[in-house]
Amino acid sequence: MIKSLWTAKTGLTAQQQQLDVITNNLANVNTSGFKRSRAVFEDLLYQNMRQPGAMNNAQDTLPSGLQVGTGVRAVATERLHSQGSLNNTENSRDLAISGKGYFQVLMPDGAVAYTRDGSFQVNQDGQLVTANGFPLEPAIFLPANAMSVTVGQDGIVTVTQPGNTQNNQVGQITLAMFMNDAGLEARGGNLYVETQASGAPTESLPGMNGAGTLFQGFVEASNVNVVEEMVNMIQTQRAYEINSRAVSSADEMLARLSQL
Amino acid sequence: MDAILYTAMNGARQTLDEQSVVTNNLSNASTTGFRAQLAAARAVPVNGPGVHATRVAAVTTTGLFDTTGGAIQTTERDLDVALDQNNWLAVQTPAGEAYTKRGDLQLDADGRLMVNGMPVLGDGGPILLPLGTQVSIGNDGTVSGIGMGGDANELVPLDRIKMVRVDQPNQLQRGDDGWFRSPVGAALARDENAQLVSGALEGSNVNTIEAMVAMIDTQRRYDLNMSVISKADETAQSANSLLSVRG
Repeated sequence: MIKSLWTAKTGLTAQQQQLDVITNNLANVNTSGFKRSRAVFEDLLYQNMRQPGAMNNAQDTLPSGLQVGTGVRAVATERLHSQGSLNNTENSRDLAISGKGYFQVLMPDGAVAYTRDGSFQVNQDGQLVTANGFPLEPAIFLPANAMSVTVGQDGIVTVTQPGNTQNNQVGQITLAMFMNDAGLEARGGNLYVETQASGAPTESLPGMNGAGTLFQGFVEASNVNVVEEMVNMIQTQRAYEINSRAVSSADEMLARLSQL
Repeated sequence: MDAILYTAMNGARQTLDEQSVVTNNLSNASTTGFRAQLAAARAVPVNGPGVHATRVAAVTTTGLFDTTGGAIQTTERDLDVALDQNNWLAVQTPAGEAYTKRGDLQLDADGRLMVNGMPVLGDGGPILLPLGTQVSIGNDGTVSGIGMGGDANELVPLDRIKMVRVDQPNQLQRGDDGWFRSPVGAALARDENAQLVSGALEGSNVNTIEAMVAMIDTQRRYDLNMSVISKADETAQSANSLLSVRG
């Protein structure tokens, strides 16, 4: 009936989606290894209502046409895989990646998921697992009598045992890298899975081929910047208000028409 | 009946079109790199037999776009770039080379540099980045990578983003898909002096204050046209009642 009404509606929907994304970022401000998202908008198709150069009358052509846009839509919620700050926890099973790469985690269905959250724990078999109990891949078992665990920057895991002056190597942590980090699909629980957009994972030793290095006793904090999110929230709210004003304006114009 | 009814109807219809343009600008107030559409009314004399030469209809046109810059916001993301006022980014679309002010670059699964789903043009086609590179984009658009297998600290230049210079809005035409293209068809030449800033994004250049005022203005002009229609209706009514008294 009236284009403005629907165009303004697309604006309202987009701003609402933006607010959803911001709220999720803010809610996860203290989630280890969380990567913030942002909504990506694009303008919708344009309708050519009058083609430039069309005949106006027998002699003249229109110098410029009428092209009316139909609004906006959110095309993606893009995840920003920038580095979060490393917080010292002094817990020997906390690992943080400084640089690119993901820890690989074995899911119950046999698939591999990827995470930046390195706050690992030990299960009843002595295996390193995530907070949700999913084992780290490749599997690393810590002996029951291990006195201390050391993880090098290159991912080599060694333990000291009583009666042994030598450190024992018990495993090697590897990292997976992706061509396009933003293409990973978030599965919740700090886990990501590979998609066609992310490309296939490339396994690499920490510190090699551009992969990040490991820091023991640190966890990577969320990369949410609270100030930025607050500013975005204010902007989103005002943009929403302006679009709702456009809806009421279009409504008043329709009302005026029906009063004729 | 007098053609005033149709002249006013035409005016109301054009203001509706204009309102659509204003609303589209408003709804894109937070679309990265969006350029506002400018709507202009043009007078078109009504020609033809039996019509008074005083009648002039209005036609809304949207030939040009607003060339002012949008607000720059820092994001500190390596692949976000904000371009200089008159510089545009060249991308490859199925319908030929197109230009955009969007600077939120992404990588696809093959390592191609993309913007909004279209490959960004470099020296000779799309820009490819090797796996595991820490990308940095220089002020002149040079894309360099650190840590590609070899020395971790060596910065290797890979390619250079093609940027063009647009001084007049009529050098570009907005396609129906939202990408801007050269109206003459030929691709624009690379601007060697083009500058960009990495780690920042240029937002939409829609001036919300202006757009709000334009929206109110358009609405009231529509109301005026509607009043004229009412008045024409009343005039015709009284003319009819005069006739009915005589009859």
